[in-house]
Amino acid sequence: MKPLTQLIEAALFAANRPITVEELQTLEPESALADVRTALEELREHYDFDGHAVEVAEIAGGYQILTRRAFAEAIERAQFAVRTPRLTTAAMETLAVIAYRQPVGRAEIEEIRGVSAGGVLRSLQERALIEVVGRSEGMGRPLLYGTTPTFLELLGLRDLAELPRTEEFSIALHPHKPEASDDGQGDAAASVVAES
Amino acid sequence: MTSSSAPTRALGAEPGFVVQLDAFSGPLDLLLHLLREEQIDIADIPVARIADQFLRVIHDLGLNQAADYLEMAGRLIRLKAQMLLPRREGQDDWEDPRHELVRRLLEYQLIREVAGWLERAAARRADQLPRGFLPPPPDLPQVPLTIDLLQLLQAVEKVVADIPTPVLHRVVPRPLDTEGAVLRLEAMLAEREEFSWLDLLGARPSIVDVLSALLAVLELARRGWLRVAQSESFGSFLIRRAIPAFEMLPQPTESEPGSEAADAAD
Repeated sequence: MKPLTQLIEAALFAANRPITVEELQTLEPESALADVRTALEELREHYDFDGHAVEVAEIAGGYQILTRRAFAEAIERAQFAVRTPRLTTAAMETLAVIAYRQPVGRAEIEEIRGVSAGGVLRSLQERALIEVVGRSEGMGRPLLYGTTPTFLELLGLRDLAELPRTEEFSIALHPHKPEASDDGQGDAAASVVAES
Repeated sequence: MTSSSAPTRALGAEPGFVVQLDAFSGPLDLLLHLLREEQIDIADIPVARIADQFLRVIHDLGLNQAADYLEMAGRLIRLKAQMLLPRREGQDDWEDPRHELVRRLLEYQLIREVAGWLERAAARRADQLPRGFLPPPPDLPQVPLTIDLLQLLQAVEKVVADIPTPVLHRVVPRPLDTEGAVLRLEAMLAEREEFSWLDLLGARPSIVDVLSALLAVLELARRGWLRVAQSESFGSFLIRRAIPAFEMLPQPTESEPGSEAADAAD
């Protein structure tokens, strides 16, 4: 491996969060961003082709060395580490609304989910998955929420663009009816997607 | 319109129909569940039946207190009434009162699917561990404390010991030194006929010095040894000797003997 690749491997190994290309560049100020990317690619190939148990994952706009999925259970069985506990359904639904509607106020979240959202919003804020990104111009200037880089880390996403487009979901409630093929249903579904 | 090909099985008639509150994340979720159970087309909801079932379920669940569910129950009852209103055949501008409900249900259904996607993404990510992984801090409702009385008392003692001793205000006795001030004033009067009150105080007087000097001035003024004159309000004042300097030399403890002594000296 090139010296820059080694430097980057050391840095990624020592950090336990995603590190951006710009941060990695500071390791060797004379190197260009392109050099860093090339080195990252070299490191990734090194891990992939030499049979390593870790890989270079691209998450939340940065790079992080993570163990491969195949070993999760073994590691957990040996109790070296615990997988992040799952979020509740209410928390996931709230995150879904915020991720797709951000910046979004509490009233809109509650309208969509049909339940009050105060407690969930607070716990999501405590876990740094969402943050206040501003205030609405509307009555009472309510707080507006948005997702954080920690949210991307939780899902292992590079950026928000990696979220699937809402059109990709099959949203209409299709009951198991043989004659459920009327077009009106599909139109209703499409119009909702367009609104959202 | 309300004729439906959905099964006519009366869901509420089953006494064994048990729904867990925890299983639902809200009234929309419960509504979707009911529709799914009945295999009802969301675009053609038999409002009257669903409203009755919704009410029965939240009654059975003891959800009557939950405002979110009650609000939805109110909407459904209102919708049920609207659907009962007569309308003319072939009326084109008739707006289906269920439209808003359908819109919300579809929107919520979409959010449910997104939430499911997020959950799967999070589960995939959780399968990969970073180096030096620290288990996340436990959720707030922790296991109840298991300590005995002795440990509790030790903990209390430790807390008490860490409390800094409160700094109470201590009164430092600073008695007025009127006698000393009188002596000093007499000495100054013996030397000078007239001087400023500020000269008497000297440099950097403490509050005690000021009060002592003032009392000394008043004392000697009472004896008639000096007069004070102030030219302006709040200004300094002049202290002027009122008797010949040699008469001050004897220092009587009382003014009467002092004046007698002065008379005798004459």
